[in-house]
Amino acid sequence: MGIQTPNGFSLDNSGKRIVVDPVTRIEGHLRVEVNVDEANVIRNAVSTGTMWRGIEVILRGRDPRDAWAFTQRICGVCTGTHALTSVRTVENALGISIPENANSIRNVMQMALYVHDHIVHFYHLHALDWVDVVSALSADPKATSQLAQSISAWPLSSPGYFKDLQGRLKKFVESGQLGPFKNGYWGHPAYKLPPEANLMAVAHYLEALDFQKEMVKIHTIYGGKNPHPNWLVGGVPCAINIDQNGAVGAVNMERLNLVSDIIDRMVVFTEQVYLPDLQAIASFYKDWLYGGGLSSQNVLAYGDVPEHANDYSSASLKLPRGAILNGNLKEVFEVDLTDPNQVQEWVTHSWYTYPDEARGLHPWDGVTEPHYELGPNAKGSRTEIIEIDESAKYSWLKAPRWKGHAMEVGPLARWIVGYAQGKPDFTEPTNKLLTDLGVPVTALFSTLGRTAARALECQWAAHQLRYFQNKLVTNIKNGDLATANVTKWSPETWPKEAKGVGFTEAPRGALGHWIKIKDTKIDNYQCVVPTTWNGSPRDPAGNIGAFEAALLGTPMADPTQPLEIIRTLHSFDPCLACSTHVMSPDGQDMAKVTVR
Amino acid sequence: MGEGIETFYQVIRRQGITRRSFTKFCSLTAASLGLGATGASTIAHALETKPRVPVIWMHGLECTCCSESFIRSAHPLVKDVILSMISLDYDDTIMAAAGHQAEAILVDTKEKYKGQYVLAVEGNPPLNEDGMYCIDGGRPFVERLKWMAADAAAVLAWGSCASWGCVQAAKPNPTHAVPIDQVIRDKPIVKVPGCPPIAEVMTAVITYINTFGRLPDLDRQGRPKMFYSQRIHDKCYRRGHFDAGQFVESWDDDGARKGYCLYKMGCRGPTTYNACSTVRWNNGVSFPIQSGHGCIGCSEDGFWDNGPFYNRLSNVRQFGIEANADQIGGVAAGVVGTAVAVHAGVTVVKRLTTKRNGNGDSGPHGG
Repeated sequence: MGIQTPNGFSLDNSGKRIVVDPVTRIEGHLRVEVNVDEANVIRNAVSTGTMWRGIEVILRGRDPRDAWAFTQRICGVCTGTHALTSVRTVENALGISIPENANSIRNVMQMALYVHDHIVHFYHLHALDWVDVVSALSADPKATSQLAQSISAWPLSSPGYFKDLQGRLKKFVESGQLGPFKNGYWGHPAYKLPPEANLMAVAHYLEALDFQKEMVKIHTIYGGKNPHPNWLVGGVPCAINIDQNGAVGAVNMERLNLVSDIIDRMVVFTEQVYLPDLQAIASFYKDWLYGGGLSSQNVLAYGDVPEHANDYSSASLKLPRGAILNGNLKEVFEVDLTDPNQVQEWVTHSWYTYPDEARGLHPWDGVTEPHYELGPNAKGSRTEIIEIDESAKYSWLKAPRWKGHAMEVGPLARWIVGYAQGKPDFTEPTNKLLTDLGVPVTALFSTLGRTAARALECQWAAHQLRYFQNKLVTNIKNGDLATANVTKWSPETWPKEAKGVGFTEAPRGALGHWIKIKDTKIDNYQCVVPTTWNGSPRDPAGNIGAFEAALLGTPMADPTQPLEIIRTLHSFDPCLACSTHVMSPDGQDMAKVTVR
Repeated sequence: MGEGIETFYQVIRRQGITRRSFTKFCSLTAASLGLGATGASTIAHALETKPRVPVIWMHGLECTCCSESFIRSAHPLVKDVILSMISLDYDDTIMAAAGHQAEAILVDTKEKYKGQYVLAVEGNPPLNEDGMYCIDGGRPFVERLKWMAADAAAVLAWGSCASWGCVQAAKPNPTHAVPIDQVIRDKPIVKVPGCPPIAEVMTAVITYINTFGRLPDLDRQGRPKMFYSQRIHDKCYRRGHFDAGQFVESWDDDGARKGYCLYKMGCRGPTTYNACSTVRWNNGVSFPIQSGHGCIGCSEDGFWDNGPFYNRLSNVRQFGIEANADQIGGVAAGVVGTAVAVHAGVTVVKRLTTKRNGNGDSGPHGG
C-alpha cells in the first residue's frame, strides 16, 4: 500500500519484508525492517530502538552536581560528551561561570573525543561496509605499496609491510576461526574496491586499533581515565601547578608535553591515513550515492566549541549552529532551545504514553510513561517479534521534531550548516574534496557524504585540539592557573528553584540536556540526543525520521544479505543507548513504571 | 592438533615473530599478572599448545564502555587478542555480520563448541515488561542470555552492569535490571566490575583463563583476587597526605594544586576495591585521583546509590571513620597509627557486610 509522507517520501510496504535484528557495529540495540519491491529496491523502512534504561527517571531527587556521572553512563562510546553537556546544563541553571582554562581543557577533551570517535567509527564500525577483508588476500603487496605511497606520505607502506600483513591475514582466515569477520558479506557485489585498496584498508584498520588507545590518554590526563573521565560543575577537576611544591601531582609541564605529543600524532594520523583512505575509498564508490534521506532537506545543529568561556552565542561557537529547512541553503534559521515551540518530542509511534498524544512536548514539560505494546498487524507475539507494525507504536525512541519537522543531525548536518553560512573552515575543505573526487555538491547528500563529512570534521577537530592546547599554555604563561569556580559549589548558595539547558555537538550530532532543580535536588532531567533525532519513529503527521528516509530508494543486490542497509545505517554512527531514555513527569509514582 | 585449530605460538611464529619476542611477551604478561619467572614459562607452554578459545560477547542494557575499555588494552594489544589469542566469534559491537548472519553464529557456536566457549556479558538483562526493555533478535535479551549461557564453559561478567546492575539498576531501577548471576545460576561467573573495568585487567582475565585453562582465584563476591583484593586507598600515592592530614578543602585550592588527599571532596578510595591506584588507566598514564577528582567507587556494588559523590564518606554507612579526617588534620604528626588501626577495623566490617547470598567463593577451579 502506498503512502505519501508530509516530508515528501513515498512509502510502500506491500513488497517482501526484510528484517535486520540485531543491527551490529553500532552502540546499543537497533532493529530495522524494510520492504523491497520486485527489483529489490527499498520502498519502506522501519527503525526500531530496542532498548530502554530510564536514566533520567533515576536522576530525579539526586544532587545536580552528580548528574554528569549518571548521564555520562548513557554512552561509553561518545564518552564525555553527555558529561560535558550535563555540567553546562547545571551551570546554566545555577548561573555558574567557568575559568578560561577550564573552557580550553573541556574543548580539548571534546575534540579528542571527536578525533577518537570518528576514527574508530570509520575503521572499526563502518569500514567493513566498504572494505572486503577476504578480497585483500588476493592483493599484490607491491601494487598495494604503490597505491599507499601514491596517496600519502605515511611511512608504513613498504611492499614487505603489506606482504607480512597479508600473510598474517591469510593464516588467520585459513585457521577457520574467523572471529569478528565470521559470516561477513565477503564477495558481495556491493563491494567495489580492488584487492590492493582492501589490503591497505585492513592494514589501517589494525593500525587505527593500535592508535586509538593512545589518543584517549588526553582524557586520562585531564580526567583520570577513559572511558568515562571525570568532570566538574564549575570547571574541571584537574588543577594546574607548573612551578610550586607538589607540581608532580597536578597538570604540569610533563603532562602538557604528553598531551601535546599525542595531539601531533592525531593530526598526522588523520591527515596521512584517515583522509587519504576516505578519499581513495570514496573514489571507487562515487556512483553509489544512495542514502541521502533528510540531509538534502532538513538539518539541525546546536553548535559547540566555545572560543570564549561561558559564551555560548553563535558568534563564539566554532562549530556552527542553525537549522535548514526544505533544502534551502540560503536561509539558516536561529535555534532556541528554551523556546517551547521549537524542540518537541512525540510518542504516537513510541512505546510511551502521553495524556494527549496529538501534542508534542518541550523537554522541560515532557511526560514519559513507558507503554510497550505491538500494533494489531504485528507478526509474532509480545516477546517474540517477527514483524513490527509501524502503523502503531513500534520503538523505544521518541520522535523529536524541530518546529514540527523531522531533522537530520550529525557531522553532515553540521557541515551543511557551516557550508550554508559560508564559513571557510567548512566550505574550503568540502569544495576541495568535491573537486578532487569530481562530484557535484549534491553528492554530499548521501551515505558517502555523511561518511566524508565525518572525515573532514576529524581533521578540523585535530587542529582545534592543537589550537586550544596552545591557548591553555598561553593562558598559563600569562599567570592564570584557575581551573574551577567554587563560589556556587555549595547548595546553600542556590535558588530554591532553577531551570537550565545545556548543549553540545556530540560526535553523532546535536545533544541537549534540560534540567529543573528544586530544593537543591534534580526535579526533572531530560536528554534529547542525536540518535533519537536520526533514528526516530514516525510522528502523528506521518513524517519519517532520518534513518528511515535514508534507506528508501536503495537497491539491494541480495535481500538476504543486508549490506546496503547496514552501510547506510552505519553512516549515521547510531548510538542506541543514548537515544532510548525517559524523563519522569512531576510526581509520577515509580510503581507505574514497574509494570507486569 | 586438528585442521583449522592452531596454537597461539604457531600463529605468531608464522607471522614472523621470533622465539625471543615470544618469550619476552610471556615474561611481560607474567609480570603484569604478578606471576614471576615460573609464570612466564607456564604461559609460554600454554600458548604453544592450546587452540584459540571461542568467545561470545553479548550486550544487554549497557553503554558499551566495557567494549571501549577492552580495545584500549596496551598489553596485550587488542588486535593480538582478537587475531591470535581468542576467537571472538560474536560481538555485536565489532562483528562484520548483522541480522540473520549474526544470529547464525550463536546457533553454530552452541553446537560446535558446546561446553567449550566463554560467554562474556556486557550489560545486564531487564526483567520488567517481560524482558522487552532490551530486545535482541525480536526476543527478550534475558532469554538469549540464558540460552547462550546454558552451553558455555564459563561466564565473564564485564563491568559493573553485569556484576552488580550499575546505573540502570540505581534507584528506582525502572526496568528491573539485574546482575547476570541472578539469571545464570549454574555456571561459574567471574565478575570484573568497574565502570568500565581497566583495559589491562580485562585482557589479563581473558589471558589468564586462556593460559591456565581455569578461572582465576575469586573472592567471596566473585571477583579475581589478583585485581580486586585491595582498596584504592591502600595503594594510593596520595595516601601519605591522608595520613599527614593534608586535604583538598575546595576545588582548585592550594591543596588541590599540591596533590593532597581528596577524602574531604568525597573520594571513595577508602571503600573501593579495584586496581586503579596500582595498574592505573590507559597504560598507566593516570587514574581519577591523580587527575584531581575523587574516586566515585565505580567498581562497588550499588555505588550510584551511595552518593552524593561529593559528600565525604562519613555519610556512608559501611565506612567507620566519621569525623576522623578533621581530627587528623588538627594533629597531623601523631595519628598515623590511629588511622591504620581504624582502617583495619573498617576492612573487617566491610568483609562481613558485603557478603552476598548465593554468591559464594567459586574457588580456583570453577572452570
